[in-house]
Amino acid sequence: MVEIVHSAAPVCAIGVSLVAVILMLISKGYPNLREFWTIGASILKFSIVVSMLPTILDGKVIEYSLYSILPGLDIKFRVDPMGIFFALTASFLWIITSFYSIGYMRALKEHAQTRYFSFFAIALSATMGVAFSANLFTTFLFYELITLSTFPLVAHTETPEAIKSSRRYIAYLLGTSIAFQLSAIFLTYNATGTLEFSNHGILAGKAPDMLLIIIFILFMAGITKAAMMPFHSWLPAAMVAPTPVSALLHAVAVVKTGVFVLLKVILFVFGVDLLSKLGVGTALAYFASFTIIVASFIALRQDNLKLRLAYSTISQLSYVVLAVALLTPGGITASVMHIIIHAFGKITLFFAAGAIYVATRKTNISELNGIGKQMPLTMAAFTIGVLSMIGVPPAAGFISKWYMISGSIEARQIPFIIVIAASTILNACYFLPIVYTAYFKRHDNEIYNEEWRMLNKGYGMINLNSEVRIKEAPPLMVVSLILTAIGTLVLFFWPSLFLELARMVVGGVI
Amino acid sequence: MNIAEHFPALVIVIPLLFALITWLAGLINRAFCWVIALTITFLCFLMSFSILNTVMHTGRISYHMGAWEPPWGIEYAIDYLNGFVLVVVSFIAFIVTLYSRKSVGLEIDEEKSPAFYSLYMLLFTGLMGMTITGDIFNLYVFIEITSLSGYALIAIGRRRNSLMASFNYLILGTIAATFILIGIGYLYMVTGSLNMADLREKLPPLYHSRVVLTAFGFFTVGLSLKLALFPLHIWLPNAYTYAPSVVSAIMAATSTKVGAYAMLRILFTVFKVEFDLNVVPVTKILLVLSCIAIIAGSILAISQTNIKRMLAYSSVGQIGYIVLGTTMANQTAMTGSIIHILNHALMKGTLFLVAGCVVYKTGIEDISGLKGMGQKMPFSMAAFTVGALSMVGVPLTVGFISKWYLATGALKAGMWFILPIILISSLLSAIYFWRIIEGIYFAPAVSSQHSEVSTYRSLDHHNPHPVSRSRDDAPPGMLIPTLILAGLCIFFGIAAYIPVSVAEKAANMLLGGT
Amino acid sequence: MIEIIIGKYNYWIYITLMMIGFYAMIAKGNLIKKIIGMNIFQTAVILFYISTGKVWGGTAPILWDKAVIYDNPIPHVLMLTAIVVSVGTTAVAIAIVIRIYKEYGTMEEDAILEIERKQAEELRKGNTGQREI
Repeated sequence: MVEIVHSAAPVCAIGVSLVAVILMLISKGYPNLREFWTIGASILKFSIVVSMLPTILDGKVIEYSLYSILPGLDIKFRVDPMGIFFALTASFLWIITSFYSIGYMRALKEHAQTRYFSFFAIALSATMGVAFSANLFTTFLFYELITLSTFPLVAHTETPEAIKSSRRYIAYLLGTSIAFQLSAIFLTYNATGTLEFSNHGILAGKAPDMLLIIIFILFMAGITKAAMMPFHSWLPAAMVAPTPVSALLHAVAVVKTGVFVLLKVILFVFGVDLLSKLGVGTALAYFASFTIIVASFIALRQDNLKLRLAYSTISQLSYVVLAVALLTPGGITASVMHIIIHAFGKITLFFAAGAIYVATRKTNISELNGIGKQMPLTMAAFTIGVLSMIGVPPAAGFISKWYMISGSIEARQIPFIIVIAASTILNACYFLPIVYTAYFKRHDNEIYNEEWRMLNKGYGMINLNSEVRIKEAPPLMVVSLILTAIGTLVLFFWPSLFLELARMVVGGVI
Repeated sequence: MNIAEHFPALVIVIPLLFALITWLAGLINRAFCWVIALTITFLCFLMSFSILNTVMHTGRISYHMGAWEPPWGIEYAIDYLNGFVLVVVSFIAFIVTLYSRKSVGLEIDEEKSPAFYSLYMLLFTGLMGMTITGDIFNLYVFIEITSLSGYALIAIGRRRNSLMASFNYLILGTIAATFILIGIGYLYMVTGSLNMADLREKLPPLYHSRVVLTAFGFFTVGLSLKLALFPLHIWLPNAYTYAPSVVSAIMAATSTKVGAYAMLRILFTVFKVEFDLNVVPVTKILLVLSCIAIIAGSILAISQTNIKRMLAYSSVGQIGYIVLGTTMANQTAMTGSIIHILNHALMKGTLFLVAGCVVYKTGIEDISGLKGMGQKMPFSMAAFTVGALSMVGVPLTVGFISKWYLATGALKAGMWFILPIILISSLLSAIYFWRIIEGIYFAPAVSSQHSEVSTYRSLDHHNPHPVSRSRDDAPPGMLIPTLILAGLCIFFGIAAYIPVSVAEKAANMLLGGT
Repeated sequence: MIEIIIGKYNYWIYITLMMIGFYAMIAKGNLIKKIIGMNIFQTAVILFYISTGKVWGGTAPILWDKAVIYDNPIPHVLMLTAIVVSVGTTAVAIAIVIRIYKEYGTMEEDAILEIERKQAEELRKGNTGQREI
């Protein structure tokens, strides 16, 4: 049996940003002080998470019961390899995103910055809560908290369009979680009398197969944050939010919470054995495959950079689902690894998109001609992110693709190898043109200059705008996106820590 | 002589007596009325609390009015159930009284304020009496006291629409009360007793007697009307909409709850569970009605533009929840039902009090009037948000606790189809509350943080009510009670074991356990 | 059959009266007629109670040694309360009707509803939701 350590560290990790929110509200009038709290909280949170790492690597589990509302409704935390894996990813990226946010918000002179930073911090607390939750109730609690706390971020600009999108956002996330996830939780509780996660599932043998399948479907439909089709359209809608929000929350925290909860339900509520017996794993894998392919096709048609990234996210999230649905060691490793690998890759891409917007106010891919010359650092990082998305070494995306394919082979499911291959080609199809446009198409200024020069040939007029000047976003932003791009590379060369954690997850459930 | 022994009588007698004294004192100085009402409700709250405490330790209390032995004399019988309801009613009444001073000053003519407080005390007496009594004829008398003062309170405001609302309520309320009276008459005919506990013993051999069945029918219909169960709810929306805010708040939070309590008493104390389940399919009928009530109340609420009317329809749905839990006749669902008496009182109380604050500050009752209020009245709107989230049933609020018990209870009873109904209604309430919350915080027409844009926009859209958007919250006298209720919505969502421990015992008792 | 009709005539009277009152309360448009209906309705119930208290051959329930059989006094006592309630209800109802008459100038329900509908329409056209004082 796993050794259990009792420690309040997970609660501290969650609480630290909530405390920061109070401090932020107090220091409302002093932007520098307020931002200091954000940075401080993010660093502190990351350190607390890291401090738990050795214990977990020793094969122990940290548990902490905070409070029991009623029998069966406990707020309880449990740090296991998978939880710490997710927490590390999210808390580390929060530090970088904090710097990036400051750069972004200040460069654009956004309004309501206190609200923005406060809710950002709350969303991160809630993400930690999901990562460390020990039962379905705690998960549900923080899952809802994420939805509610990200709503003000999506509606941030308060334009009619933002309001409309945020309405869709809340309708999908809150609606499905109440309608489906909550009913699944009720049914689970009724069948088993407990909501605790367990390494081999809690539902096995507790209910007739038909009911189990219904519960499974309800869970899958209820965890909309994983953006599986047909419940995906909230994610493109959420792109009206400021870019740092899209970067951290809608490429990492929120959507990863979705797949993370999905993983937890699959592994710890149902259990691998039960799902193989029911045969719903394969069905889920087909569903995920559908999402992967269709979302990729939609992404191809998007001209808005952030929307294309959003559809790419939808497709990439389903990789995680597909991989775990294979229910093999390779598949589970792939899905866990893909959480962090996609996080680093996609956040880089979003950071780059935000940097382009701040520097040039451009949002469409068709306007990005020659931007590689104008913003070399940003576009270099962007390219690394793209490589990771496609799965080309030396970017980390290769690792998860590798395990995914080996997982498919273990499961003897050849169709999924085809799906993965096809989607890789599609990834390349919708990402490489951006890189191509950025580097090999001429910048508007160049074309403009040429025309100008031809027009004025012989008149000796000088055009002041003749060169494409380097015009990067503020340094805080550029540094952040370079860091995440480097992270993507580091993950390829030194993935051992995370692979170890993934192995522990697999060892626990199979 | 121990004064605490007489608390059951005192919680009725004191407010009844002071209903008159309040009015007399108002003749001298109108400011006295509020002070007296506040003191009395608080005193009653303390006494109720002490009574509940005693009940929790020693079990059922039986108080003999005028020392006449039951079943001849009037018995005041307090057990877990009505001890609990007593505390809820007196607490809400206290909070609303605390709130009432400013609101009454605005919404009711000044010379009527002594009359208002006098009627308010009568209403309070009636509600407490309905809850505490162990005698069905006494129950009828208190129902009428509650109703009569209720009719007058609804009509006391300045708005003339309230008159018709009150009159319609009066007609329907009288029908309901008279039906109950007929029911009592039939029971008395066959048993010769008016005492609830005595009836419980005497009735079982007569369960198949037609007289008893008729009595039961009259009771069910009469009480359903009183508690506004779905098809009989028509009096409620108008009454709550046009009544002064304080009256809407107290009535929404307590009087329908006490109606629900009375129904529980008749269904499960006067009659036994076996009767409800086996002799008359009343639980099935109520089950269907309450399901319809839950869905219909929510749907009707969505289409409303007046905030108080919306809350009133939402009450119709919530009453459905209370009845729903009782019809499954298992302990978990019954606990949910009883706990929802408290929870709904807290949530709806909060929401109606906030509505009152908004009316006080801006005079607007329309939902669109709440737009941008997040900056103008941050505390009130925070309370509203908490109340709304509770209604939706977000975890850590009281609404979730009720839903948890009702849903798990339904599943235990094997009634899986209840689950979608509960969840659909949560979704519907999410729709109608989210619409408001969004308006409060993110309405496009308002934004004071960057003033240039805001001035520009308001010029552009020409706001018909040029209300200032700077911070201007309700006065503390109104704000504090509102925030207390909102705080309790969260407190009892977290420390749920406190009310649940009482409610579980009450449920167990109603279902025939010890 | 005859026995049911004749022998229990008191119940028949009570039911008939109750239905007359009930009908008036629901169907009549004039508010005063509604109140009259309400009174008939309540009085019918009083009649019902009193008749249940009657014991054949019984006398007044006075402590008196010749009274061996006497009527049940409790329904009478209960009805004293019910009469008070009924009077109270009527008083409140009439008070409300007087105010309605002052405000609307009519006591016909249809006319009042018409006025309210018009008022609501005006409200919708003009300042929505402004307090009307």
